[in-house]
Amino acid sequence: MSKRLLIVVVEPDPERAQPIAEGLRDAGDHDIRIIAEQSGLARQVADLRPDVVLIDIANPSRDILEELALASGPSERPVAMFVDRSDEGLTRAAIEAGISAYVVDGLRPERLKPVLDAAIARFHIFQQMRAELAATRAALEERKIIDRAKAVLMKARGIDEEAAYALLRKTAMDQGKRLADIAQQLVMAAGLLGR
Amino acid sequence: MMTLRLGYVPLIDAAPLIVAQELGFAAEEGLAFDLVRLGAWAQARDMLGAGLIDAAQMLVPMPVGQALGLGPALPAMDLVMFLSHGGQAVAVNRDLERRLRGAGHDFAFNDARAAGEAVRAAVTGRLRVGVPFPLSTQSELVRHWLSACGLAAGELDLVTVPPPMMADAMARGDVDAFCVGEPWASVAVERGVAALLLPGTAIWAAPPEKGLVLLRDFAEARTSETGALMRAVWRAGRWLDDPDHRCTAAEILSRPAYLNLPPELAERGLTGRMTISGNGELRDTPGFLAFNAGGASFPWKSLAALFAHRIAARHGLDPQTAASRAMARFRTDLYRQHLRPAGAPLPGASQRVEGALPQDRSVAAERGGMILRADAFFDGFTFDPASAN
Repeated sequence: MSKRLLIVVVEPDPERAQPIAEGLRDAGDHDIRIIAEQSGLARQVADLRPDVVLIDIANPSRDILEELALASGPSERPVAMFVDRSDEGLTRAAIEAGISAYVVDGLRPERLKPVLDAAIARFHIFQQMRAELAATRAALEERKIIDRAKAVLMKARGIDEEAAYALLRKTAMDQGKRLADIAQQLVMAAGLLGR
Repeated sequence: MMTLRLGYVPLIDAAPLIVAQELGFAAEEGLAFDLVRLGAWAQARDMLGAGLIDAAQMLVPMPVGQALGLGPALPAMDLVMFLSHGGQAVAVNRDLERRLRGAGHDFAFNDARAAGEAVRAAVTGRLRVGVPFPLSTQSELVRHWLSACGLAAGELDLVTVPPPMMADAMARGDVDAFCVGEPWASVAVERGVAALLLPGTAIWAAPPEKGLVLLRDFAEARTSETGALMRAVWRAGRWLDDPDHRCTAAEILSRPAYLNLPPELAERGLTGRMTISGNGELRDTPGFLAFNAGGASFPWKSLAALFAHRIAARHGLDPQTAASRAMARFRTDLYRQHLRPAGAPLPGASQRVEGALPQDRSVAAERGGMILRADAFFDGFTFDPASAN
């Protein structure tokens, strides 16, 4: 029976940290700590001496962990960590899922893999949610632009909303462009003309 | 139109990538840039390594660190050109500012010797200085400056703080001083937590700051895209070096999609007109940030060797091996091949003595002549890659 792994998750958002921790618990009997506060992060991690540190690839605090990984010698290095070198495919899968893993030197790949697999699965869900949110936002922005373009047309040509929309749609179809792009061009042109 | 995904970190020296896309220099070369805003320098390295982006803006010492085996095991990365020189500022917290002023320091913002000796006299105990990344030009500037001013290595703690968090770290008292790229030093001045002490260029007249980094496999297999990318970015740099364009550049960079800050903050570093303190004191700093001017974008192999020597010494690596590995990553050959058709001035050699030019100097180039910008260190330090080996 190998000893439990100490896994640190650096994540300021509790709504993200909790599911990651749960996913990791399902992957094995590990000791999981969450660090939410980035102040003094290097010290906090160094004091814990974890086996694995997991952090969002885009979290600026990552660069603080790099300092630990680069400390000049094993004796001075508070925790001997490197982004996993053991398995290129696994490293790539983690990066693609948006996760960075810092791993203590000498941790066996077969111990690391289930941990990373569990984290990757959770991060994939976050990525999907993020993509959906971005799509919703973009759709909202497009609706706003189309509404403004309609208003420009209604005022300039004295037509009603339905006719303005039909005109926009016909123009988009004739030009082989997206309705939102035509609306954007119209609003910009109206702005230039001071309308 | 071929789309390339480029990673950048929101700083004013991301300008060549953003301007190349926004002002059509990319389109002129048949390229569209999908600009991916990154949160961390390590993210740039890892996403490039995994092929999730085609090229990245990176701190110049980062590909050197990769060449020395100090980073994660990722495919070989090459620096094909510098994107910028300078753009950094050293700042001190309000307490240190008061002590320095009390001891008669004038915050002239141009004398690294006077500033360094004043800091050395003012600090009691260890000086904690924030830098954006362990492998950064900022880190080399601070070490060089303070050691030349007599501060012992044991009296200096370099602390990694991501640039957007620099002002917070200073406000919390985590650091006494920092060296960071604009606009983040100005942000700290604006928040009333810092005073600017020096521009990076007062320590080293031409500190190479950011580079354009590609996977070697990409650069060698996809030569036409690599060339088109380099020419688009080089022309954007040339546009940016016209002082009349710097305010327009500040407007573009400040947009929500990029830096998402008031244009006035980005303008300071881009125009070199720095507000150094809460009292609104102004310091004009010509040459604060350069893109192409004076051959700034040419990736001298001797600069790879200089960074490699310093980093290797700190990590107990053999400096000669380190230098030759790092020099192989600075692709002066690709620079010549791809930028010759664009009319970029090309120096006759690919390495030189670094720090040897106290003033701009006209030298022979591949065709005719070119002007090389001054690159002296404040203490007269020079680095000769030939005698260092």
